[in-house]
Amino acid sequence: MSGTVSRTVSNTVLPTGPVVRTPRVSLRVHTRTVTGVVVLLVVAVVLAAMALTLGDYRLSLGQVVGALTGSGSRAQQYVVVGLRLPRVAVALVVGAALGVAGAVFQSLARNNLASPDLLGFTTGAATGALVSIVLVGGGPTGTTIGAIVGTLVTALAVQALLGGAVGGYRLVLVGIGVNAVLAALNNFLILRTDLSTAVAAQSWLVGTLNGRSWPEVLAVAVALVLLVPIAVAGSRRLDLLGMGDDVARGLGVTVERTRVVTLLVGVALVGVATAAVGPIAFVALAAPQLARRVTGTTGPGMVAAGLMGAVLLLAGDVLGQRLAAPTQFPAGTMTAAIGGLYLVWLLAREWRAGR
Amino acid sequence: MSAGDVPGDGARLRAEGVTLAYEQRTVIRDLDVAVPDGSFTVVVGPNACGKSTLLRGLARMIKPAAGRVLLDDRVISSYGPKEVARRLALLPQSPTAPDGITVLDLVARGRYPHQSLLRQWSVTDEEAVRDAMAATGVTELAERDVGQLSGGQRQRVWIAMVLAQQTPLLLLDEPTTFLDIAFQLDVLDLCADLHAGGERTLVAVLHDLNQACRYATHLIAMREGRIVAQGPPGEIVDADLVRAVFGITCAVVPDPQTGTPMIVPAGREIRRQRREAARAEDPVGSGALGDA
Ligand SMILES: Nc1ncnc2c1ncn2[C@@H]1O[C@H](COP(=O)(O)OP(=O)(O)OP(=O)(O)O)[C@@H](O)[C@H]1O
Ligand SMILES: [Mg+2]
Repeated sequence: MSGTVSRTVSNTVLPTGPVVRTPRVSLRVHTRTVTGVVVLLVVAVVLAAMALTLGDYRLSLGQVVGALTGSGSRAQQYVVVGLRLPRVAVALVVGAALGVAGAVFQSLARNNLASPDLLGFTTGAATGALVSIVLVGGGPTGTTIGAIVGTLVTALAVQALLGGAVGGYRLVLVGIGVNAVLAALNNFLILRTDLSTAVAAQSWLVGTLNGRSWPEVLAVAVALVLLVPIAVAGSRRLDLLGMGDDVARGLGVTVERTRVVTLLVGVALVGVATAAVGPIAFVALAAPQLARRVTGTTGPGMVAAGLMGAVLLLAGDVLGQRLAAPTQFPAGTMTAAIGGLYLVWLLAREWRAGR
Repeated sequence: MSAGDVPGDGARLRAEGVTLAYEQRTVIRDLDVAVPDGSFTVVVGPNACGKSTLLRGLARMIKPAAGRVLLDDRVISSYGPKEVARRLALLPQSPTAPDGITVLDLVARGRYPHQSLLRQWSVTDEEAVRDAMAATGVTELAERDVGQLSGGQRQRVWIAMVLAQQTPLLLLDEPTTFLDIAFQLDVLDLCADLHAGGERTLVAVLHDLNQACRYATHLIAMREGRIVAQGPPGEIVDADLVRAVFGITCAVVPDPQTGTPMIVPAGREIRRQRREAARAEDPVGSGALGDA
C-alpha cells in the first residue's frame, strides 16, 4: 500500500494463528481444526474398537486385537474379521461420504438445512436404485449408477424448484414435498415387482448395515479416495461463494465451475453411499454442523465433516444393535430418530432467532 | 467533454460498444466508456439506470452480449480469474457476510487472488491485511463478528477487504449508502486518500451529487443505460445536465466550501409547474431528455 494513506499503520500482530513460513512457502495451521480432527479420529477408533467387542458373542478388547492380528481362535476371527469388521467399516465409509456430501450441499446452498436427506436427494437416490433393481434386475453396479443418476436428477429438480439461495423454511417445505413424491414413487416401484425383489428392496429402503460386507466398503472407499480430495480442494472456493457470486468472482473464484464440480462430487457421494446401504437420514444434515462446533470454523471443513459423519453413523449403528438387544434397529432408523430431535431443536433455534 | 467523447488513451480499463443484459432485459446497449488512469471517477444517475450493471460489466461479473471490455489492452475474459483479481477489485452494492465470520477473516479473504496451495499466508498477505484494516480504521474490530457491527462499521470492513486485494483499479458500488454524513465523508476521504498517491484508479457509484462534484476528478452521468455527459464536474455539471439526468429543476451554484458545483433543487411548487409544462409539451414522457 502506498505511503499516502495518512492514518496510522498499527503494528498489532494479527490473531491469525500459527503460520509455517519458509521464503517461498507459507502454510497456515488452524490449531483448533487440527485438534478437532485428531479428537474425532480418536473417537472414531475407540468407537470402532467398542463396536468390535459388542454383540451376542461378547469379546474382550484383547480378544478383538488378537483376532485382528490373526492370533485368536477361528471362531473369534470369523466373528471379528468376517462379521463385525466389515460392518464397522461400512458404517465409517458411508458416514464419511454423507458427512462430506452434507458439507458440500450446505455450503453450496449457503443454508445449514440444505442437506441431501432433507432435500430429498437421498430418497431420489433410492428411487434411482429401485428403478435399476426393478427394471433391469439391479446388481451392485446397476444399483450404484441408478442411485447416482437418481440423486443428480433430484438435485437438479430441487435446484430448479428453489431457484438460488433461500431461507430455511422454504427449503424444508420443498424438501418435504420432494420427499413425499419420491417416497410414493418408491412404493409404487416396489408394488410393481414380485415378492422376493420387493422384500429385498424394502429392507434396503430402511437403510441398514445388516449383511453389508467388503464389496460395499470397497465401492464407497474408492469413491471417498477419488472425491474427497476434490471436495477439499474446492472448499476454500466454496467458502468464498458464501459472500455472494459477485464478491467471489471479484476475488478470482471460478464460480460456475466450482458450483458444478462440487455439486457433482456431493451427488456422487450420496449416490454411492445410498447404493451401498440404503437411505440414511440426518447424518449429512448434522455432521457438518457438529463438526464446525468442534473445529470452531465457519467454512465447510470437509475432513472434519467426514469424520463426524463416520462417528455419527457408527454410533447410530452400535446404538441400534445394543439399545434393545436382541431386537435390532436399522442404523437408518436410529439416525432418523436422533436426527429428528436434532432437526426440531435446530428449527426451534432458527425460529427463535427470528429468521 | 460531452457524451460519446471517449478518452481512448491512458485508460487501463475501458469498454468498447458493450451491450449488457440480464436474460431478456437489455440494460446497456452499445456503450463506449473509458476510466481515465489515476482518476477518481464517480458514476451518477437515477435508480435503475444501469450504474451497477456498468460496474459489474467492467469487472467481468456480466459477460457482454456484444462488444468487449478491455483491461490493460486485452479482453478481460482472456485473463485468468485470479490475474484479473490482482488488477481490479469490485465491492458490489450489497455484499453478504457469511454467518459468524470475524472482521479479520473477512478482510483476509481479500488476499485470495494472491494465494495458492503453498502460499497460504505470506508476510505480504499479513501486511496487506494489516494496512487495509488500519486505513479503514477497523483494526480494533478485528475479532468482532461482522454480523454484529453497525452499518457504517460493516461498510468499512468491506472496503478493507477490497483494499487488502491491493489492486491498482478499485470499483466501489455505492460505498456510502446507509452511512451517516460523518461516515460518508470518512469513506469519501478515505477514497480520496487512496486516490491521492496517483497509482490507484477509483470508480465509485454515488447518489449525492454534491459529494460527487466535490470528490470526483471525472464524473460520468448516466440515464437509461446511456452516458449523458462525462468529464470533470466543474466543466459538465449545470442545471441542464441535472434536468437531463434526473428530470428535476435546480440551480447550480459554487459550493461555498470547495467551489465545486453544488446542486440546489428548486422549491416544490416550481418543480411541479415545470413538470406539468414538460408533460404538456411532450405527453409521451421523455420530455426531460428532450429539452436538455
Ligand atoms: N440480476 C438482475 N436480473 C435482472 N434484471 C436486473 C438484475 N439486476 C438489475 N436488473 C435490472 O437492470 C436495470 C439496471 O439495474 P442497476 O442495478 O444497474 O441499476 P442502478 O443504476 O445500479 O440502480 P440503483 O441506483 O438503484 O442501484 C434495472 O431495471 C434492474 O431492474
Ligand atoms: Mg446500483
